[in-house]
Amino acid sequence: MSIINNINKVFDHRIRLGIMSVLMVNEYADFNMLKELLAATDGNLASHTKALEKADYIWVEKQFIGRKPNTRYATTTLGRAEFNKHIEALEKLINNQ
Amino acid sequence: MESKNYLQDISDIKSMMHKSSRFLSLSGLSGIMAGIYALIGAFLGYHIIYANNIISADGYRTIILTQKHMIEIIVVAFAVVLLSLITGIVLSYAKAKKQNESLWDATSKRLLINFLIPLATGGFFIMFLLEKNIFAFVAPMTLVFYGLACVNASKYTLGYIRYLGITMIVIGLLSVYFLGYGLFFWALGFGVCHIVYGTIMHFKYDRIRK
Repeated sequence: MSIINNINKVFDHRIRLGIMSVLMVNEYADFNMLKELLAATDGNLASHTKALEKADYIWVEKQFIGRKPNTRYATTTLGRAEFNKHIEALEKLINNQ
Repeated sequence: MESKNYLQDISDIKSMMHKSSRFLSLSGLSGIMAGIYALIGAFLGYHIIYANNIISADGYRTIILTQKHMIEIIVVAFAVVLLSLITGIVLSYAKAKKQNESLWDATSKRLLINFLIPLATGGFFIMFLLEKNIFAFVAPMTLVFYGLACVNASKYTLGYIRYLGITMIVIGLLSVYFLGYGLFFWALGFGVCHIVYGTIMHFKYDRIRK
């Protein structure tokens, strides 16, 4: 049962997995970069980033580049740890199948 | 929950990590073309430099570089660089389009900046050498700095560029040691190595990722 427990419900969605994957290997990513990579709509992506932000897995930085608002995302230490646990759990599940 | 395809999740994670951190549309074919341009350029350069060569009493070939020759060589060099760049952009654009990716995004920007830092350093270095009339180290330095630029860029694109860069650095250093064979080493590095690595990359990456 412990393996199943490590499967994190917060990551249980294609877009959220994608966001975390991108942020694990990049220092940060802005909204448009994520949108392009994940082929998601504005609203869809915003709701998923909000969920990850609420869980304290990512942090958000809002700033202005010139006059344009720009939103940047990066992982938190907690988010990285939880995502690694999640991947390990996935791998164990696959190996046990 | 158990019915979910976890294997698919893992492979999605892997591909997203790869795709978001490296520019994958770099075309191997453009490397081959750059090599061909370089060989043509080296051939033209050889004929400009050794057009009216005189064998000295010691049996060495002396070259006479007039202002006119210098300008001709610089024009050839710039034509090679420009043609290579245009070919690289056009072919990479075509490859990106085929893979449904954009040519100008965070990964290509990062690749370009990290490629240009050593390259521009070398460019200025060589320009100052030319300005001081020191010609012997021009060919070796182009090889060394280009090699360093490739090694630096390899972290942000297809990994094979790293080996091309290391080969270029070694050839560049050899051509400092064997000073006077600059054009030969230059043709070997920019011509032959580009064609070899371009071919490897073309068969490894251009065709599989449809």
